[in-house]
Amino acid sequence: MSNATASSHRTTRGRPQLFTSYAQETAIFNTRVKRNWVLVGILVMIVLPFFMQRDMVALITTVFIFAIGGIGLNLLTGYAGQVSLGQAFFLGVGAYTAAVLGGESRSGVIGLGWDMAIWLPLAGLVPALIALVLAPLAMRVRGLYLAILTLGLVFIGEHIFKEAKPITGGAGVGRAPADPVFLGFDLFANQTILGYRIDRFTIFYLACFVIFVVMAFAAKNFARSRFGRSFAAVRDRDIAAEVMGVSLLRTKTLAFVISSFYAGIAGALLSIVIGRISPETWNIFLSIDFLAVIFIGGLATISGSIMGAIFVVLLPKLVNALTPLIPGFGGVGEGGILNVFELQSIIFGLLIILFLILEPRGLYGLWLRLRNYFKAWPFSY
Amino acid sequence: MEDLLSSLVRGLGLGGLYALLGVSFVIIYRATGVINFATPALMILGAFFTGSFGNAIGLPFWLSVLLGMAVMAVIGMIIERVALRPMVGRPAFSAATVTVGVFIILLIVGGRLIGSELLTVNDPFGLNTVNVFGATLFSVDIARFIIALVAIGVVGLFLTRSRTGLAMRATASDQETSLAQGINVGRMFGLSWGIAAAMAALAGALLTAGSSGIETTVALVALKALPVIILGGLDSIKGSVVAGIIIGIAESLTRTYQPIYAPWLGANFDVIVPYLIMIIVLMVRPYGLFGTKEVVRV
Repeated sequence: MSNATASSHRTTRGRPQLFTSYAQETAIFNTRVKRNWVLVGILVMIVLPFFMQRDMVALITTVFIFAIGGIGLNLLTGYAGQVSLGQAFFLGVGAYTAAVLGGESRSGVIGLGWDMAIWLPLAGLVPALIALVLAPLAMRVRGLYLAILTLGLVFIGEHIFKEAKPITGGAGVGRAPADPVFLGFDLFANQTILGYRIDRFTIFYLACFVIFVVMAFAAKNFARSRFGRSFAAVRDRDIAAEVMGVSLLRTKTLAFVISSFYAGIAGALLSIVIGRISPETWNIFLSIDFLAVIFIGGLATISGSIMGAIFVVLLPKLVNALTPLIPGFGGVGEGGILNVFELQSIIFGLLIILFLILEPRGLYGLWLRLRNYFKAWPFSY
Repeated sequence: MEDLLSSLVRGLGLGGLYALLGVSFVIIYRATGVINFATPALMILGAFFTGSFGNAIGLPFWLSVLLGMAVMAVIGMIIERVALRPMVGRPAFSAATVTVGVFIILLIVGGRLIGSELLTVNDPFGLNTVNVFGATLFSVDIARFIIALVAIGVVGLFLTRSRTGLAMRATASDQETSLAQGINVGRMFGLSWGIAAAMAALAGALLTAGSSGIETTVALVALKALPVIILGGLDSIKGSVVAGIIIGIAESLTRTYQPIYAPWLGANFDVIVPYLIMIIVLMVRPYGLFGTKEVVRV
């Protein structure tokens, strides 16, 4: 009842920082402006694909998928403080779970052809289960030891993926991903709805967007729950947290499991965007990409993970568009100082370094600075 | 029997490389508490510079290796000054992530410098072999092992006997106290990076020697030194030598015998043996054979 009273006179107009209850301050949208802008953002993102070119739609679909994986890694690394380089392995497990359950049985690879309503949850649950099995081992070690352990996981995983030919198709060959048929409705085929013909890229975009929004809100809500707060306690001072009654084993295991669930879902969706998946996809560089998503975006923020995903996925596109303007760069071959791919990678590495040195809070920190500047405008304090 | 002997010697050669790379990791970890994920790229660049001194200028192998190490030492110090010094006092994993960024940049630069042809270092070993007890041994394996041990021995002597080495060890054990004793801690960080980069360069040169040439993708081999330092303990040079040899021999024996006795494990299974050993070690002794157990106060 008290909650209802609190929400009935929510934020007073003109005084967005005035909170009259704890529940109000920790609400998902603690100000009205925030809620309204998110609603506008969601609406824009739904309308957007109808006005964009195909490759751009596919690219933004990848942004959603990277955001899902990034949010998962951020729960583990940003909120719970456990650095993991193993995200690529769990993405791979998710992708192959989906491919086996939802894919077609063709040229020697297993495929059961089940519905997406079954394989999508399982693509998250199977990696989560593997994480649960590995957690007691991973929890024995802290900090950089965990980073090295998860790095080993990626290499061992890559070997298993290459050798498990009935599941993955084997090294250099690969296999087709799962078919995204949700309750009989194909999400990756051109459809006609109410007389309008809708592009298959747009349909899959919308599907991924819905999954992304649900998972982002779930994570945001989780982070403010009892467990989310215990994550932060473990990150900030694990021994102090333990003294206060937060079980380290349980908290770290939970973080690892949830993170892997998100990674699995992201992997399953990513495999559909890629089209044909080979075991080499799930390598250390994919893990580094996800690390970059959360470090560039901002540790321990959900919106930061989203900004990081936008940045990491769109950066190559941006570099592609800009390189012809700079003499000496560009081209796809050996000519010039650096080709486009090399330039992309170097800028990528440079940005990781620059963000860590200059703005450890990432893009989210930049946004905070910008917001605070205009809040105080025209005064500088 | 011949198989066993030749794979043991190959394992020793591999172990020498891993020990060098392990020492490279350990020196930086001891000084700054950071695991340097850029080591693979430093190794490749070291091999490139050694190769260019040897092939383009035509210097003898020994000289070009030393020059390559010197160039990489300077590059290592520059990296420390530019990218890592601002991270002093920040969480170790942030600094480690900076080295991931450095890794990406250096790997691309290395790939660009090496180009599309295989990199060779103009070494005297080639594919020469010696016969011992009927087993055919590659002389490069023996050379790798001996050179690695000598180089690590020199570093060990430097750390234990010289004044600067003492300062470096003091910095490793307590930065603030060292600062109070008049040690230039920043310079010690730079020196650690210089030595580590030189060790990585030597490893790169030795890796390329005796092969028909390498590409940039070989860089990831250097990450196998991570299991080595886990097994040996993150802060122990002795540990990384012992662990390097253990892991080198284990990998080499697997390469010889696994295709015969356990073909179901798949092709190139030996490549992941170091990581499997690491996982077992972490289960049994999380701080390695010679590592110091971390003591934490609330």
